[in-house]
Amino acid sequence: MLIDFLFELRRQGVAASAHEWLTLMEALELGLHDSSLDGFYRVARAICVKEVGQLDAFDVAFLAHFRGVKFEAALITGELLDWLSDPRALEGLSESERRMLERLDLDELRRRFEERLREQKERHDGGNRWIGTGGTSPFGSGGAHPTGMRVGGGGGGRSAMQLAAERRFREYRRDAILDVRQVDLALRRLRQLGREGAPEELDLDETIAATARNAGELELVFHPPKRNRMKLILLMDVGGSMDPHARLVERLFTAASRVGRFARFRSFYFHNCVYDEVYEDAEFRRPLPVADLIGESSREERLVVVGDALMHPAELLSAGGSIYYHRDNRSPGIASLRRLVDWYRRAAWLNPEPERFWPRSTAETISTVFPMWTLTLDGLGHAVRYLVGGADRPAAARAG
Amino acid sequence: MDGFDQFLGTSRYIASDELRQAVNVALALERPLLVRGEPGTGKTVLAENLAESLGLELIRWHVKSTSKAMEGLYVYDTVARLHDSRFGDGDVRDIRRYIKLGPLGRALSATSRVVLLIDEIDKADIEFPNDLLLELDAMRFRIDETGDEIAAVQRPFVIITSNNEKELPDAFLRRCIFHYIEFPDRELMARIVRVHHPDVEARALDQCLEMFYGLRELPKLRKRPSTSELIDWVCALRRAGVDLNRIGGGIPFLGTLLKNEQDVQVAQKRGLA
Repeated sequence: MLIDFLFELRRQGVAASAHEWLTLMEALELGLHDSSLDGFYRVARAICVKEVGQLDAFDVAFLAHFRGVKFEAALITGELLDWLSDPRALEGLSESERRMLERLDLDELRRRFEERLREQKERHDGGNRWIGTGGTSPFGSGGAHPTGMRVGGGGGGRSAMQLAAERRFREYRRDAILDVRQVDLALRRLRQLGREGAPEELDLDETIAATARNAGELELVFHPPKRNRMKLILLMDVGGSMDPHARLVERLFTAASRVGRFARFRSFYFHNCVYDEVYEDAEFRRPLPVADLIGESSREERLVVVGDALMHPAELLSAGGSIYYHRDNRSPGIASLRRLVDWYRRAAWLNPEPERFWPRSTAETISTVFPMWTLTLDGLGHAVRYLVGGADRPAAARAG
Repeated sequence: MDGFDQFLGTSRYIASDELRQAVNVALALERPLLVRGEPGTGKTVLAENLAESLGLELIRWHVKSTSKAMEGLYVYDTVARLHDSRFGDGDVRDIRRYIKLGPLGRALSATSRVVLLIDEIDKADIEFPNDLLLELDAMRFRIDETGDEIAAVQRPFVIITSNNEKELPDAFLRRCIFHYIEFPDRELMARIVRVHHPDVEARALDQCLEMFYGLRELPKLRKRPSTSELIDWVCALRRAGVDLNRIGGGIPFLGTLLKNEQDVQVAQKRGLA
């Protein structure tokens, strides 16, 4: 049943609801799909998919649901009969082609077609027997057999199955890695609007009130424009196991440090785990004790830590566990992390490693302390919503 | 598929099958059409050509970062009214004189069907699309100052473009038909260039496309050249009388294709400039 396609779509992550489904039914009723599978593919995609990131999921769902030709059989047989009973379709054929056509009468063609439909299990391109595309079998799409039957699709064009199978939108998936612009956009949501600074904007309500108070004598009142009051601290793990992610972290940094984005933006570095100090530079020359960082920032500032959270358990859990032996940390890394989380009202950890690598590692331990998301478009989006104050913490952190 | 207007592309605008079908679905279902795609893939031009091919008036609303949804409906020019009341110009009792309809307001009050283009909706504030929901759904609005109700006689056909810069709110997306304009493949691109430059030799065009797609595939480009830039480039080459069959070594007029200094440097490293 077609409704299964809706559930397949939802299973693949296309956010189609009953609303879209009813719209699609309306479109089908109007015949917008031209009674073909290709038409259906395009119409369903235009209605059900709302963002580029879901196009690939749609293709996957379409392939899963419509692979195999059982579904098409009834529809196609009708189309076949129509085509054959339409004498105009034969006009383009040459004399010799018409003679060849006569060799295959309708019943014969139909019988063979159904027979082959039953035999055929998979999609087929090229070749001279199966129903597919680009071949010389009498059945299929975009083929070259003179009496051939086009099965769905525009002649010469690519069929929906082919289009879907190409999965051209794979690179737009939302769970893929980010570029600067995407980070930029995700961070745009990280804001707290408020009026601060020089009065530059005309305050209409106040102007009217003041003018009225002034007995009609025009009195202009200005107020400061709305600005983002969000303050952000970015704490980045650099070196070692983070090297493969350097470009990704750099992109996040580039986007976050853009002028005018936040009311205040500071960035610090650490290696592996935060111990008693963080560093103002990536060469670890200018240390700043965690106590001082906390001391000079308000609880309203948002803290974002970027790191793979992977280390030897002792580096996280023991005093003196720092991988630099001369940096004899008095409290274990996890304690420093806890101090940070406890101080800032909203803090988030972004992990460039995929979530499947977290279990049974220090990442899992840290995620019970720090709300942790992957550093992907989706993860960043969730983290930003959490930081602004909307979304809940992810499951792991809630337990801790 | 009849009984409603259909868009088949025009002599000056080549639309892919997918785009045509998306437009026709939106037309038939009377839903707004949301078009996304790289800059320069012809999102805005689509609206112009659609209006032309359907013989309808086109009303444009170019959204800016400061745009407010309300401005699209109408603006009540309070300051002018205050000014007039202070200095005694005109009849300040007639509020209607100070109400100016915006693009959406004009589209809804039009006496016949129009095409409304809401261009680059993503430039405005995140909440902007949500503020338009009710008006786009009901196709009517009320001017609070005068109590006038304005309802569309015929639902305007709304085309919304977005550079894919921002997530649009779900509630807004629910109501739209969506189409993503893919970057054209070589075959379609050749047809598109032909529409603008009908007399380019096949070999020369082939040469241009070869260079163009080669340039697009360079890694690390910040802004890859798009369709509109290709058309400009071919135009520049022809104006300057460059023999298109003999382009070798560097790409002439690289500035029409690459708009970013770092990108030009990338091209130079590859010996393309």
